Amino acid sequence: MEDYEVVLNARGEGRLTANDYITRLVPDFIEFHGDRLYGDDSAVVAGIGTLLNMPVTVIGIEKGKTTEERIRHNFGSAHPEGYRKALRLMKQAEKFRRPVLCLVDTAGAFCGIDAEEHGQGRAIAENLLEMADLKTPILSVVLGEGGSGGALALSHSDRIWMMEDAYFSVVSPESCANILWKTTEKAKDAAEVLCLTAAKLQNLGLIDRICPKDDIKKLGTDIRSEFELLLEMPVNDLLEQRYRKFRRVGY
Amino acid sequence: MLTDRRSFTEHDRDMTSRNVLHFPEYEAKLETARMKSREAEGVITGEAEIDGHPVCIFSMDANFMMGSMGSVVGEKITRLFEYATARHLPVIGVTVSGGARMQEGMLSLMQMSKVSAAVKRHGKAGNLYIVLLTDPTTGGVDASFAMQGDITLAEPGARVGFAGPRVIEKSLNQALPKDFQRAERVLSCGFIDAIVQRSEQRAVLAKLLKLHERTAR
Repeated sequence: MEDYEVVLNARGEGRLTANDYITRLVPDFIEFHGDRLYGDDSAVVAGIGTLLNMPVTVIGIEKGKTTEERIRHNFGSAHPEGYRKALRLMKQAEKFRRPVLCLVDTAGAFCGIDAEEHGQGRAIAENLLEMADLKTPILSVVLGEGGSGGALALSHSDRIWMMEDAYFSVVSPESCANILWKTTEKAKDAAEVLCLTAAKLQNLGLIDRICPKDDIKKLGTDIRSEFELLLEMPVNDLLEQRYRKFRRVGY
Repeated sequence: MLTDRRSFTEHDRDMTSRNVLHFPEYEAKLETARMKSREAEGVITGEAEIDGHPVCIFSMDANFMMGSMGSVVGEKITRLFEYATARHLPVIGVTVSGGARMQEGMLSLMQMSKVSAAVKRHGKAGNLYIVLLTDPTTGGVDASFAMQGDITLAEPGARVGFAGPRVIEKSLNQALPKDFQRAERVLSCGFIDAIVQRSEQRAVLAKLLKLHERTAR
């Protein structure tokens, strides 16, 4: 499959969304709402439950499937309230030393007047800052789309995994082509050079594992054993390892 | 301009970007940027004194590929924060940026994470970080270290925001308010501490540094 097809496929209909994974991984999931500051963003679904008998906090970006659902979840593009709800529940998880599972699937953080004026940049910045020092394990799985800063805001984690057919990119191939070559028709070329597929990102050392699709059961046991491993580490070692993970990126 | 005469010592001056992803035309763009800015990369970092107060300072350069953040920009700023943390020095950051540098793909996006982690360590150790937002500070820089200061100052009229205004206009299909994403508006939304004229910046920074001076205990 060409890289641009991976992108189109990740956006396509009929894919499993965050809610599908949550239902199967955490059957007793209970959703919590609100950022305690302004509102509740339905693009972000967050709460707690048990993953194979282990209490976990789950934070997912949900796109919805039907038109009605998609509108309700704002097509999986979060407002600042969504990132702040996520951070609130991460802090709660830290208090009870519950591991945090982030399920990432977004074309990007929402671009709009309200989103800007409620501090979209600040909300993402604050997540990056606080996740760097969150004293409990964090594992992120990119399910489909990993759209730039909006996806990164839930990916400052001890482990970043990607489904084999997901992508993670600094910019959409269309925007990239438009900015560089003044035409979106070159999106295919842009997708190729942006190195956005799971395999290419693993080669660059930016992600830790590629997960086979259609095997949620295995994903569940893998996440569970990874959390066990991370929970055994002294907190200072965990934080040091997380710092080193991002410290070596680039240069 | 902000620092005391002859007090500035530059760090990591010779660090230059490589085209790790073999992105087309990137080398040529870097060369043009070097000519235009007369600098090796999009940020200058180093240490200096402001009214006698020792500080670490970084200043991004709009003439270098729109102040975009690639691996070298991220690395230089991260090293500066680590240096400042080890020596209990405040950091002053002058930002201007169009965002992450596309030509380095995810390597540039993750610089946001790398710098943020270093900012966190610097702050946790009780050190001061002052941001001075200049026109424009957008994208991945706005969504990371530009919005992580203890004190956030801005130049009058500076554009400060996450998404580019044209992107928002296009996706919403409506004209934007006139002062949208301007420093004055962003301040009234609650995200900036004070707007400071260029002629006043040095004096304001000196005052803030004095207020945070470490006294012998």
